[in-house]
Order: sequence, then structure tokens, then C-alpha cells
Amino acid sequence: MAKKNNESNIRLLDGNQAAAEGAKLSRVQVIAAYPITPQTPLTEELSEFVEKGELKAEYIAVESEHSAMTVCTSASLVGARTFTATSAHGLAYMHEMLHWAAGARLPVVLACVNRALGAPWNILNDQQDSISQRDTGWIQIYARNNQEILDSIIQAYKIAETVYVPVMVCFDGYVLSHTEMPVDVPSQEDVDRFLPPYKPHTILDPANPKNYNLVTLADPRMNADGVLCHGYMELRYLLQEALQNSSETIVSVGQEFGELFGRNYTNLFWEDNIDDADIVIVAMGSLAMEAKIALGTLRDEGHKVGLLGLRVFRPFPKAALAKALEKARLIVVFDKNISYGSEGATCSEIKSALYGSQSKAAIRNFIVGLGGRDVKARELADAVRSVLPAMKSGALTTEYPEWICYI
Amino acid sequence: MKANAVNLTETEYALPGNRTCPGCALALAYRHILKALDGQVIVTVPASCLTVLHGMYPITSVTVPCVNTPFASTGASATGLVAGLSATHRKGLTVLAMAGDGGTHDIGIQSLSGAAERQEDFIYICYDNEGYMNTGNQRSGSTPLGAITGTTPVLGKRQNPKDIAAIMEAHRLPYIATANASYPLDLYEKVRKAKGIKGTRFIHVFTPCAPGWQFPYSDTIKIGQLAVETGLVVLYEVENGVFRLTAASESLARKGNLKLVKEYLATQGRFKDITEEQIYQLQDWVNTRWQCYLERAANLQPSTDNAKLDPDIFQK
Repeated sequence: MAKKNNESNIRLLDGNQAAAEGAKLSRVQVIAAYPITPQTPLTEELSEFVEKGELKAEYIAVESEHSAMTVCTSASLVGARTFTATSAHGLAYMHEMLHWAAGARLPVVLACVNRALGAPWNILNDQQDSISQRDTGWIQIYARNNQEILDSIIQAYKIAETVYVPVMVCFDGYVLSHTEMPVDVPSQEDVDRFLPPYKPHTILDPANPKNYNLVTLADPRMNADGVLCHGYMELRYLLQEALQNSSETIVSVGQEFGELFGRNYTNLFWEDNIDDADIVIVAMGSLAMEAKIALGTLRDEGHKVGLLGLRVFRPFPKAALAKALEKARLIVVFDKNISYGSEGATCSEIKSALYGSQSKAAIRNFIVGLGGRDVKARELADAVRSVLPAMKSGALTTEYPEWICYI
Repeated sequence: MKANAVNLTETEYALPGNRTCPGCALALAYRHILKALDGQVIVTVPASCLTVLHGMYPITSVTVPCVNTPFASTGASATGLVAGLSATHRKGLTVLAMAGDGGTHDIGIQSLSGAAERQEDFIYICYDNEGYMNTGNQRSGSTPLGAITGTTPVLGKRQNPKDIAAIMEAHRLPYIATANASYPLDLYEKVRKAKGIKGTRFIHVFTPCAPGWQFPYSDTIKIGQLAVETGLVVLYEVENGVFRLTAASESLARKGNLKLVKEYLATQGRFKDITEEQIYQLQDWVNTRWQCYLERAANLQPSTDNAKLDPDIFQK
């Protein structure tokens, strides 16, 4: 276990406060945000830090989330460390700019307080909002508790500024955002040692004028000096390559963080009771913590159940997951999202990760907890029990997921 | 020192050989705008004809730093540039947002209004070619009544344009001006003045579009001048709330000899199907606005000028 060399400072923080503390400790320079439930207290907290002078940053109370992300991308292009936070419709409204931030390779960090999308209106938790932004080119990290929220935001800057890919730190609305937990808040000195000021490789400057995001043709094209430069597709390839390779950075940053702060983040997912398990539950964010309770119940009944808690959804850790799941005979995936007409997003990813491996595991997918529907550990345990026969006989998979709801 | 053709800086920031259409008023306006800012500027540009002028990666026709930003986001992008420069302690640079009429009157108005309400410290220039010209001439919130466009192909546009400068004036900005590419020195002077003022500054620049409006490429300057001479375009500035007619519009007001709108309409193919009723409506719209400007113009007071403000002097 890594050595812990800082004084601990345990405070009772809800998830929004933990995120705000994380941004403050990261010494963000430009914050742009628009209030939306359940993110609102986070942005209020940050504006208070700035107005009281506790955080030297420009706080822009923009008129929309589209503008919030635009302020971040443009401020990033002149060399500032930027932060924003949003939920649900706000994230959907940002969609165009999420592509723009990733496409321009800007190290913006965004806290997404996960909430359901309308219609109809619903302000409560599920993960449909961030999952719907899966293909925008952002790294996505899901926190399981408030400590992870704070820690992940600080790490997110180091990751983003290393690989030049924006990072979304997601955490479940209300379940985490409005629930207080003890959080070890590191000192500014320690965070400064971990996270140096942002040094962009290039910025907008009249002394060395560059034109960013110009129209780029499909094919490579010569510059004025006769050098062949990338076409649009090569730029897209480089973004994919950056995401693919970012796993190493996420792990090394997590390792370094652990050495300084005593909390290790060297895996893109966490495991519980996996070694002897022939049944493995997979879930993401705080949902995995609920599943942990179900695991206890099922273990008490004599079932050999393990748990995989997904922390990093993009890049998706396919090889590592396939390895971790190689002994499983039954994989039960709980999703707080649905790709309509198909299945839960994490279930699709797990199946994709296992293709070509030696795994003969049956996979079952349950959609749970949409729009704030309470997810009870008892229901998760019931769901696992209901699909136990799949281990012995029957199809390896089903075409569509089951839902834990009243229909 | 007043700008003239001789004393303008020789440095070019918008280079020749760019990808604009022949006779493009935007190219002329942009050249003078960048000269007025001495190149000490960071530009943000949404999807527009200016994107085309700037070129295609990896070659650009301008020597100032620039970020291309999505259509709706110009005001927010300028906000971000200002905030980022301030947060990183870089001083002495002007942030210039430069959008077309579609990017200003229509899809960009929210982010512009938000930035203006916050009094963000940048210059916003709307170059107005009265339609979505980059996509081949479709109707915008700035297209005039009676104009045929790709999306008003048979009946012509049936509404007057929105008055974007008046909308921006309602934000109580420290400086608002209207200009016209056919009067580049007046435009230059206004950009220079704006450069010395803090807060959100808004300049509306009329930029005739030869292919979109269907007039000969060689007539751009004449069309722009005729727009002023008929009162369709009025040159003015509002500095800390004080309204002044400027340049050609000021002398027209003093002389009281506006030309008829139909003279302007006859020069452009886009008005070929305009009806008599629409011409009357347009003339009436021009007269009403002109009268309003005359009454507001601080530089036409005191009352010795009132004799020239008689509405009967305008031809109906």
C-alpha cells in the first residue's frame, strides 16, 4: 500500500461540495457554468469561492450550457485551465461543443452530475445523460463515492493536460451529489506538488499566429512549405489513438496520486470478491456500491458472487475486463441507462470486451434506476437469483435486457 | 489624425489571394478592420463567409491568431478568450468576434446577448450580407422585404429585417456603430474608436454580396453607397447613449436629399419580382426609421437644423 505523507483532513462533504473542492484545489483559472438541478449547489459553491477571493479564477455566469462549454474551449485556447459542471439537459445542450472540445484536443474538465433526460421532465438520477455523450471523444470517469469525485477531478486535469483529451467526471445526482460523506480533503501544497500549472503546447498569440479549427479537407494537403499535412480523417485517427493510449496515463496518474495521497487509482475498474467468483455483477458509479450490498446477501446464501465496479467508461478497458471476467460463468450487468432498441450501454461494452476471449459466460442485462427509481440491494439480489439457471443451460445471452420496473 | 488612403498602415493582416467571391465587400471590410486593430488581436469566427476567407487547413490567408467556433457560440467564444487572457495575465490584446448576419441576428443572438449583458470586454462585428450566403443565399433575420432567396424562392421575403443595432443598444453598450464596406475609412475610424473603449462594443457593417444579391461584381461599392443614399442603410454611432449620425448619413440628413428606395431595388436581381405594394412598404419602413434617426441625432441639434427635419422633404 502506498505511503501517505500528508495530514488527513476529513470533512463531511456532499458530492457537489467534493467536486467544487476538487476544482478549487486544481487551481482552475476559468469557470463557466449555468445552473441546473442537481448540479446547482456545485456552481454556487464555486462562485462563492471566487467572490470571497478564496479561488483566483474568472467565474463566468453564462446564459446557457452551450456557452459554458464554449467559454471553456476558447479560454483553454489562450492557455487557461478551465472547468464547468452540468447535468442532463445541460449536457445535451452542450453536445455540439463537447465534440468541439475533443476535436480541438483541449484539456477541459467537466463534472457531470448524472440526471435523467426528458421528456417527460424528471430531475432525478440515472446515467442516460453522460452515456448519450459517449461518442464525443471525451474520457469518462464515474465516481462511486464523494472521495472519488474530489480525487478524480484533480487527477482529471493531470490526465487531460498530458494526453490533450477533455475529461468528464460523472457522479450520480442526489445519491452522491446531495449525500454527505466523510471526505479526506488534501492540502493545497500537496495538490500543487501533484498538479503543476497548466503549460499548453501552443496558444493563440499574435506573436505566433495560428488559425484553429480551420476547414479541413478529407485528404491530406500541402502547406505553403510543401509539407503534407493531415486531412480530417488523420485528425480523427489521432483522437482515437489518444483515447486508446490514455489508459496508461490514467493508470500512471492514479499511481502517482496514490503515492502522494494514499488512495490508489491504478485500475480502470475496481473488484470485490472476484477471485473465486463464478457469478460476477457489473455496475458503474454509485450503482456498484448498491450492488456491493447485494453481493453480501448472495455470499451469505452461499453463491460465489463477485463484483466489478466500472470507474472509467472511456477509454473502455476491454482487455483488462476480459481478463478479470475470464473465470466467470454468469455475468449480470446492471445499467442505469438504455440504448433504445438495444440494451444497456455497459452491457454492450462487456459483450464486446469478451468477444474472442475464452469466456463462455452467460450474460444477463437489467435496466434499473431510471429517473430516480430507487435501486434496492434486495432487488439486485433477486435479479441475480432469477438468472442463476442461465449458468447451467440456456442461451449465453438474450436479445434484449430485462427491466426492474412495474411492467 | 483622421484616416485617409495615404496614412493607413501598409501592413496587411488579411492577405490577397483568399477564397472569397469576386467583389466581396467582406474582404474589403475585414482588411480595414484588422488594420485598425494593428494586428494586436485574437479573432473568433463562427461558420460564415469569413471562414471561407480564412482558407483551408493548413493554409490561411490571415496573419492574426484565430479560433473557428460553432455557429451559435461567437459571443461565448469571445467571452472565453477575454476570460482566458485575463486569467493568464496577458494584456494589450483586443478580442474581436466577427460573425455574419445569420450568426448574429439568428443563431448567435443568445450568446451575443448574454455576453453583452455581462459587459464582456470585446469588439463584436456583424458583417451583414443579408442572408445565409455561405450556404448559397437563404433567408435570414436580416434579409430585406421582397428579396428572393433560396428559401423565399417564389414570393420573396415577406417581413422586414430585425434591427440588430437597436437590439444591441437595448443592452446599454458603451459603443455601438453602423458602418458600410463602401466607406472603409469611416469603418476604420469606428473600429479604432471602439478599440479605445472598454466593455462590449458592437459594430454592424453592411457588406453587399454580388452573387447572392445578383449584381455585377464591379458594382459592390456603388451598391453599398446607394444603400446609404436611399436611407436603407444609415451610418451612425451611439457612444455612451449619445446618438450621432456619421459620415455620408450625416451629410444626407443636413442636405435632406435621400434617393428613392426603388432606385436601389432596380440594381439587384434579388428584387426582380418585388411588388409595388412591397416597394411602398419598404419606402415607408425607410422613411419611418430615417425620421426616428433624425430626431435622435444629437449632432443635428440645436433647433437651427430643425428646418431640415421636416418629414415632407422625404419623397414618398
